[in-house]
Amino acid sequence: MTWFWSNLDLLWDRTLDHLILSVPPILLSFLIAVPLGWLANRYRAGRGVILTASGLLYAIPSLPLFFVIPAIVGTSLRSPLNLVIALTIYGVALMVRVVADGLASVDKDVRQSAVAVGYSGWSIFWQVELPLAGPVLLAGLRVVAVSTVSLATVGAVIGAQSLGSLFTDGFQRGIQAEIIAGIVLTVALALLLDGALVLLGRVLLPWTRLAATDRRAVRVARIAEASA
Amino acid sequence: MNLFVDAVNWILDPANFAGPGGIPARTIEHLVFTLVAVLMASVIAIPVGFLIGHTGRGRSLAVATSGGLRAIPTLGLLTLVALWVGIGLGAPYVALTVLAIPPILAGAYAGFEAIDRSVIDSARSVGMSESQIVGTVEIPLGLPLLIAGIRSATLQVVATATLAAYVADVGLGRFLFAGLKTRDYAEMLGGSLLVILLALVLEGIFTVVQRLVVPRGVASQRPPVDRARSARPVPGIDPAITKGTH
Amino acid sequence: MIEFRSVSKQFPDGTLAVDDFSLTLPSRQTTVLVGSSGSGKTTLLRMINRMVDPSSGTIEIDGADIAQLEPVPLRRGIGYVMQDSGLLPHRTVIDNVATVPLLRGVPRKKARAEALTLLDTVGLDQTLADRYPSQLSGGQQQRVGVARGLAVNPNILLMDEPFGAVDPIVRAELQQELIRLQSELGKTVVFVTHDIEEAFLLGDQVVILRDGGRIAQVGAPAEILANPADDFVASFVGADRGKRALHLERRGDSDLLLDSEGRLAGVLVEPRQTAHSPDPQAPR
Repeated sequence: MTWFWSNLDLLWDRTLDHLILSVPPILLSFLIAVPLGWLANRYRAGRGVILTASGLLYAIPSLPLFFVIPAIVGTSLRSPLNLVIALTIYGVALMVRVVADGLASVDKDVRQSAVAVGYSGWSIFWQVELPLAGPVLLAGLRVVAVSTVSLATVGAVIGAQSLGSLFTDGFQRGIQAEIIAGIVLTVALALLLDGALVLLGRVLLPWTRLAATDRRAVRVARIAEASA
Repeated sequence: MNLFVDAVNWILDPANFAGPGGIPARTIEHLVFTLVAVLMASVIAIPVGFLIGHTGRGRSLAVATSGGLRAIPTLGLLTLVALWVGIGLGAPYVALTVLAIPPILAGAYAGFEAIDRSVIDSARSVGMSESQIVGTVEIPLGLPLLIAGIRSATLQVVATATLAAYVADVGLGRFLFAGLKTRDYAEMLGGSLLVILLALVLEGIFTVVQRLVVPRGVASQRPPVDRARSARPVPGIDPAITKGTH
Repeated sequence: MIEFRSVSKQFPDGTLAVDDFSLTLPSRQTTVLVGSSGSGKTTLLRMINRMVDPSSGTIEIDGADIAQLEPVPLRRGIGYVMQDSGLLPHRTVIDNVATVPLLRGVPRKKARAEALTLLDTVGLDQTLADRYPSQLSGGQQQRVGVARGLAVNPNILLMDEPFGAVDPIVRAELQQELIRLQSELGKTVVFVTHDIEEAFLLGDQVVILRDGGRIAQVGAPAEILANPADDFVASFVGADRGKRALHLERRGDSDLLLDSEGRLAGVLVEPRQTAHSPDPQAPR
């Protein structure tokens, strides 16, 4: 505990570093996954290609990916951009399937009736499909947020500063308290972002407070993840 | 692209094939390491998962525990355990087994829960004993999700085993850290490509196995999304079954 | 003979599904429990093979208190057919039908041979034997369900809304099939439904249930229709309206039957013998 209180500045700096590394990938993966997931849901051929590719990307271990990206993109190994790209890749790989399944889970009758009352193609997507898939997307995004925060720590072993630096530093100097502080802060940050997404969901998707929709969403998301 | 040529040359260099630190030895080490960790986790997680899935009890506890475990950064766990038990293979084994338990556990009970309640209800009403229900109905029908869980666990362990080279002299990850130390990018990249290849090969094997274990007659590989007549409470979000952090 | 004696069932959440229910179900006849949801009809049915145990009271089968019997062997001796067919999706039709005989240790070959015969009995083509349930239509699945229920040649057959999930045309077909089967096999059938038409069609004895498994009226369909015990029963069976309340009108040479709205429902003719009379009061 003494270590904790005498190093508050360090902890605060690393937390900020960590936020800068992990928040952009969460947002980017959502923005990229929605159109890809839409394609995968809309076109049969696209579905196979996109879902297989995302499955394979997800299978790639993170540390090797951190080494490979600079060779492809030309970023320097320790650059935060390098990590942001890698974490975005994982986020997209996970979200694409969730988006595709979420859109597929929208009740056919609801879609039909939207067409029947005169919604046009794009307005069906924006005003019917996307909102109704919302709970599923939210559940997926929460998973992305938690795992991104956790994954970002790995960058520390190649020298990218984050809460993970507390692990490498604590390990090399034999300071247990530093590692424990790092774990606690990482988990806390993950829960914080998760909680923020839940709140966002309450504001944007007020009807999901009805248990039935939410359960369906959770189930779809869970199954999507299970077979990801 | 020149970097990749260098990396491939590094991989193909006969000098890197010899001895206990050579590519074949490291690959086998990495595989054995992964296998043992997944096996230990399975021995613990599968019986417990079946029990939870069959009885429906202890589920929320399992979800909470495995959800919490997933948020824990693997590097933190590795370094912390290494400080406790010292540098060597002990720390990574403990850490990797702990990390592999949640996805396997979740796969085991989710597999049971995804079975249509009416199937189990009718198996019971025609006079199957509980052990017959588990053995002839729940295990075969739940197998695809269990394998999916083992697949997640395996890929996660392969990834984390790479990271384990940071605290122990083990596996393909050594090439990454050795290259990092000597600023030999060909070695880092070559080692990375080997790990990726290993992961993709395992992924491919599991894809095939997962297809094979779907019982004939069960058309869809996925459980039905809507179980309108589910007798048990609908499961809440289950983060544990996702692939965890690498 | 199945006897319920002051049976009550309170579920752990506090709902009183069945409240002091007593009834005798005669052997070799069809008893239909009919009521809306919440009437406890399925709970009553599931007590007979101990899928649900009563909180108080006793149930006897041929004089033996079933609480004294082990549930698993008890269930193996009672046929059970449910709405979702409940077939094992990973086993072929023939293996599904043979499930219980195999559990009881009948040799595989014999069990399969008997299962094939049963497919005939329920009117299924034997070429379907090696299909999986998901490859069958809903009506076919229900027939397999009935065959499975009959596989151990039980004295008692429990049927929980077995035709509730199929379309009306198939349902009518299956109902006729059940009437035929019952005339050949003479089982003690306990049938649960919420459809009063189905109850009158199939039941020798019809039990109309209110909430909480309280009996509103028991009797043969004709008795209930002719003398509804109270307004609840009258309205439930529709005795006061529509095609259940017909009146006679003479027009020209013929006697016409008109319903309560004055719409034509039929003509009055001399009774004659028919092979498969859908008339619930026809002897069978």
